[in-house]
Amino acid sequence: MRSWLNSLVDALLPLAATLLALLVGAVMLLFLKVNPVVAYKALLVGAFGSTNALAETLVKATPLLLVGLGICIAFQGNVINIGGEGQMIVGAILGTLVGLTLTDWPGWLVISLAMVAGFVGGAIWGGIPGVLKAYFGVNEILSTVMMNAIAVQLMNYLLRGPMIDPAQAAMASKIPQTARLPMDFRLPRLVPTRLHLGALLALILAFVVYIFLWHTVWGYRIRAVGKNPDASRYAGINVKRYVVLALLLSGAFAGLAGVIQVYGVNYRMITDGSSTGFTGGAGFNGIVAALFGNLHPIGTIPASVLFGALLVGANKMQRMVQVPSALITALNGLVVVFVVSSEIWRKKRQRRRLSVEQADVEGDKGNPPAPETQSADSQPEVQG
Amino acid sequence: MITKLFSTTVILGILASGIRLATPYLYAAIGETFGQRSGVLNLGVEGQMLLGAFAAFYVSWRTGNLWLGLLAAVIVGALMGLAMAFVTVNLHAEQGISGIGFYLFGLGMSDLLFQKWVGTVKTIEGFPALHIPVLSDLPVVGQVFFSHNILVYGAYALVPIAWFILNKTTLGLKIRSIGENPQAADSLGISVAAVRYYTIIQGGILSGIAGASLSIGLLNVFQQNMTSGLGFIAVALVYFGAWRPIGVLGGALLFSMVNALQLWLQVLNVPIPSDLAVMLPYVLTILVLVMAASKVRAPSALAKPFEREA
Repeated sequence: MRSWLNSLVDALLPLAATLLALLVGAVMLLFLKVNPVVAYKALLVGAFGSTNALAETLVKATPLLLVGLGICIAFQGNVINIGGEGQMIVGAILGTLVGLTLTDWPGWLVISLAMVAGFVGGAIWGGIPGVLKAYFGVNEILSTVMMNAIAVQLMNYLLRGPMIDPAQAAMASKIPQTARLPMDFRLPRLVPTRLHLGALLALILAFVVYIFLWHTVWGYRIRAVGKNPDASRYAGINVKRYVVLALLLSGAFAGLAGVIQVYGVNYRMITDGSSTGFTGGAGFNGIVAALFGNLHPIGTIPASVLFGALLVGANKMQRMVQVPSALITALNGLVVVFVVSSEIWRKKRQRRRLSVEQADVEGDKGNPPAPETQSADSQPEVQG
Repeated sequence: MITKLFSTTVILGILASGIRLATPYLYAAIGETFGQRSGVLNLGVEGQMLLGAFAAFYVSWRTGNLWLGLLAAVIVGALMGLAMAFVTVNLHAEQGISGIGFYLFGLGMSDLLFQKWVGTVKTIEGFPALHIPVLSDLPVVGQVFFSHNILVYGAYALVPIAWFILNKTTLGLKIRSIGENPQAADSLGISVAAVRYYTIIQGGILSGIAGASLSIGLLNVFQQNMTSGLGFIAVALVYFGAWRPIGVLGGALLFSMVNALQLWLQVLNVPIPSDLAVMLPYVLTILVLVMAASKVRAPSALAKPFEREA
């Protein structure tokens, strides 16, 4: 009973953190002379107000969930992956190349190959920091951030040069984008909205990642290494290999998110020079979603929908009350800070729980006998 | 075209802009050095810089007074530092992730306020180059070393000051001992919390000034995400510099020279795609991290929250 209550409180902490962030957001809105009630109402309507809005929310949630799943793997292994943006980009580049090269192959095959390519691309971009951390002791937070910047420039270079749409190359405007993918390479839509098959795939993968992390040897070892690398080493686990694996898989899921963004939403790659121009910031917001979901793949599902909703709603808010959607980036930052800060209460409760259990154990030993232990169990002792 | 690169004007130009461009790296990385020496990894530098850059730009633009702008950056940086200190010192939050949170906050907030209060990109008149009698008029030396604004000189002055504080004062000793063994320092009666508050807030202030040095010193505009990873590079420079101000100076100069070279390559139309040239500093950062990681040891208590044993 008590443990059930405790896990409920654990699950509610992130929600409280988000409410607090929204409250701070409301103060900021007042400061900008915007009525927060009107703004947040626009946000809600924008995210859930119609079938289309709801579908958009799920479309936005898809890359968040995929990146978030990767973040769950990395953070469970106690490696921090801030490189989602770059991994999405590189995955998308490789996946797009598949579609632009194999133009006369059947659609289902190209889409499948593209996803594999994206998975591999992300795995490479995540694996490099993994190797650097495991074998050279390079801080992975810094290296993944640098890999983001490198990926952006790679994308800009490719889309302005070798991969540019031939039609654009012939024009003076030279918009940095690739050619559009053929119609039958597009991910099928689920309902007559923009919601595509990728959303369903992400949902399935959430369960796959859960099984991987908690019911396979590799997943177990990743978590063991994350919890206690020294003990894992004594137990004979090759710690370095699992650090690399955690970052590599983490990148692979982000790479998949990048491909799905191309084949499900944009049907081409286009750059505005920044990484968020392509990813919509999903590489960062996926971290927020995963943290919010307590770094659990299943918990990340509703978390992604929530943050997808915030992003979609923010666009509506921007149009209705002229509040730039950058507000949501700021609020997401606050959510991260609050969620990480709230850990202290979780730990405190855990410690209290432990000491209570310890007291129970000592009580069971029966000296001095606690009132509850004077039951049938202790009586034979008295008799003996 | 390559021969053009080796003319005296170009080389002097690269040197002069290299020295100038090291400014934001120096402010931010020296601030971060203090934090890390006391055991705190602040990854929010980029966000603090962006907010500092915006505050400096906005106040300077509205009041026409650059010093008020700089003061605004200092205040904003200090407030960000205060928040970071509370979260990491009092709430024992994971420093890496909360730093990313502060980064996102600064990124979004500076963009939000810019769009709401300024709207379109505007340039302002930043700090002018100081004319130092005699020195500035010297050939070569004058152009390379004495053609800069006050914020540039301030950044270089900071290096020996930081060295002195860290190595020759009681405060520096406290900072270093807390970064190595907070338990021992605590048992000697040093307040771990107070010293960390000091280093984190000072780091915030210096990051704010670093941002200001861009928006009202070097570029004289504000743009969304104008720092583009500079704050993260500054954190990497601390590793590169082996947690010593002089090492940080070396790293900052290396980076700014590469950056200056890259800019001049574009100016001279050297046939290297500019996107690939822009990539250079980031690739260099990773290489530098690899080299630094095998060479030096980080402060023992880095990124570990301090809790008194009950």
